[in-house]
Amino acid sequence: MNTTSVMIVGVGGQGSLLASKLLGRLLVDSGYDVKVSEVHGMSQRGGSVVTYVRFGEKVYSPIITEGEADIIISFEKLEAARYAKFLKKDGKTIVNTQQIDPMPVIIGAAKYPENVLFELENKGVCVEALDALSLAETAGSSKAVNIVLMGRAAKYFGIPYESWITAIENTVAERFIEMNKKAFDLGYNS
Amino acid sequence: MKKLMIGNQAVAAGLYDGGLGVVSSYPGTPSTEITEFLSKYEDIHSEWAPNEKVACEVAFGASLAGARSACAMKHVGLNVAADPLFTLSYTGVNGGMVICVADDPAMHSSQNEQDSRHYAIASKVPMLEPADSQEAYDFAKKAFELSEKYDTPVLLRMCTRIAHSQSIVQTGEKTPAVLKDYVKNPAKYIMMPGNAIKRHPIVEERTAALVELAETEEFNTVEMNSDEIGIITSGCSYLYVKEALGDKASILKIGMPNPLPVQMIKDFASKVKKLYVIEELDPVIENHVKALGIEVVGKELFSILGEFSQSTVAKAFGLEEKPSVSADSEIPARPPMMCAGCPHRGMYYVLAKNKITALGDIGCYTLGAVPPLSALDSTLCMGASISGLHGFNLARRAETEQKSVAVIGDSTFMHSGMTGLVNIAYNATNSTVIILDNSITGMTGHQQNPTTGYNIKGDPAAKVDLEALCKALGINRVRVVDPYDLKTCETAVKEELAVEEPSVIISRRPCVLLKSVKAKPSLAVDKDKCKSCKKCMTLGCPAISFKDGKAHIDNTLCVGCGVCNQLCAFDAIN
Repeated sequence: MNTTSVMIVGVGGQGSLLASKLLGRLLVDSGYDVKVSEVHGMSQRGGSVVTYVRFGEKVYSPIITEGEADIIISFEKLEAARYAKFLKKDGKTIVNTQQIDPMPVIIGAAKYPENVLFELENKGVCVEALDALSLAETAGSSKAVNIVLMGRAAKYFGIPYESWITAIENTVAERFIEMNKKAFDLGYNS
Repeated sequence: MKKLMIGNQAVAAGLYDGGLGVVSSYPGTPSTEITEFLSKYEDIHSEWAPNEKVACEVAFGASLAGARSACAMKHVGLNVAADPLFTLSYTGVNGGMVICVADDPAMHSSQNEQDSRHYAIASKVPMLEPADSQEAYDFAKKAFELSEKYDTPVLLRMCTRIAHSQSIVQTGEKTPAVLKDYVKNPAKYIMMPGNAIKRHPIVEERTAALVELAETEEFNTVEMNSDEIGIITSGCSYLYVKEALGDKASILKIGMPNPLPVQMIKDFASKVKKLYVIEELDPVIENHVKALGIEVVGKELFSILGEFSQSTVAKAFGLEEKPSVSADSEIPARPPMMCAGCPHRGMYYVLAKNKITALGDIGCYTLGAVPPLSALDSTLCMGASISGLHGFNLARRAETEQKSVAVIGDSTFMHSGMTGLVNIAYNATNSTVIILDNSITGMTGHQQNPTTGYNIKGDPAAKVDLEALCKALGINRVRVVDPYDLKTCETAVKEELAVEEPSVIISRRPCVLLKSVKAKPSLAVDKDKCKSCKKCMTLGCPAISFKDGKAHIDNTLCVGCGVCNQLCAFDAIN
């Protein structure tokens, strides 16, 4: 089979490392060859962060370049727009509608574009937007945005629901398992 | 056991399974996790050293005593450890010794893009370079055998994409950690001229023997797929070549970039019509191939700058570009910045407000350079703020002594700030040094250091008393301020700049990201009182923005540090 390429993008501190840990575990347990590439260090301090996840029969490169991603899971609107050029022509982007202003916008040196998701849709990108922050809060913690988004993306991986739940149980700390399962379900059923 | 590991975790597992006894390192992206993972093993000694030179020398001592030892550092850390490295090449080892060094092409978290393969060549030390986590594990483990067999330290070169990419690792048997006998051997271990002069020819013989090893498929491998295109490559570039070209090209994969094979390259070159070298950063393999008189395409097609990818390779070989779409709107950049409540911000605000020249250093606080604070004038390397300030003041004396400071973090001060401070006291400039003490090594992800009172395992440890240390180094004026208190900070800075002797201001407050630091309730803006003067926005706090003509505080980010309400002339923030 061909390699599937998934990107997780967002703002440093939003919890993308847990999302990639969950995906990695899930894909290994499902029998795939997997590569997950993360960013550590300076850009984690509120900067734009990206994680590449690739799986298939045999995966060589750990990174994804323009026009290659099957799915982009974005924790923030502007980041969805920033990385849209990495999507394949028929690629799909799952976006948390949260807006986090970057410093150039805060200090008035740049403007936060208003209709970026609409622009992408107009160009034929399949955009699935959801308010993952509210769903995460419903599940019990604003920090569960990552798992809500995983829930929403799950159906595009062709991996059974039960395997996702097992991966959550194997990845998150025990006292957060129930809350994260709830967050996953809220995303899954959204 | 089969497990998904980042390259650095695989290196740790490989070193451990290779019989490691002692590891000493200084954190640095992208190398930090090697030692963090090693610290989880209870039956070996792991530690954070104050700097890479100390770490490398600790590993030397452990090797001398008969243990298998290692140290890990980022590429620029090897500059600091270069002194022991070059002579370790002469002494060789007793227990096997591995020096892990992680390069950062594209500078994800670094101040330069240096290629550490030059160190291997210059110090005549063999270097291994894995291309994924499995090889990181295998090479780390084998490095100990190589080290002991050839009586040499071994460099293990990582890069960001290998260090921080997870791939599947099948671990193997653990070699038990054994302590070899220590036998006094002055001719081998005392490197004074009479002894060193006899060691140098041994080093050259060793290199010749290692070239013979390089000719085998122990670390370098050949995949013959095509007689048209031949590619010599290594590390992550190998992955990009395989991804882009699959079986369309023959590949000589270099797993040991120093010393490089000769016959293997000649044979490979003779079997293909056109030969390419694809390597990130400098043309190290390419120059070697050219020196053999072989025609090769390298840096004219594959840049000396930054990172490669599969599309770099695809483009070079004229493969079709993949179509993509993008939004029409301009997407504003999202650079990294200091966190909401970061204790560095208050001090930087005071420096920026008073238009003070600030020579900076390496750490989270380098982010004081970005707008709107733009509070820094230079950042060079670990410790250069303090020694640089002394030179700056020597050149211009009173003109700058009264309006220039050095800013340096607690960990960086321990790393190589102390010696610069001694120099300020000894050679007498009226310099003012600000130690931004956030009680942790921040940027690399919260490692303990000698000022925190805890060791790598989080156990209580000796704690350096920074005030007493600065006094002992010859500075009489040492004062401590809380960077959340702007008025006190400003008074301290003005007074210490005015005084005609060297001084140190310790700006002390723990990093807000530390679990031990509890956030206060979020502050909020009283829209009726806010006069839209935007004074609070000059702090560059990510929690403060301007919405509907008034300042607005994001309650999910604000930690209630209270710095902004000290700026508000209208008492609108509470």
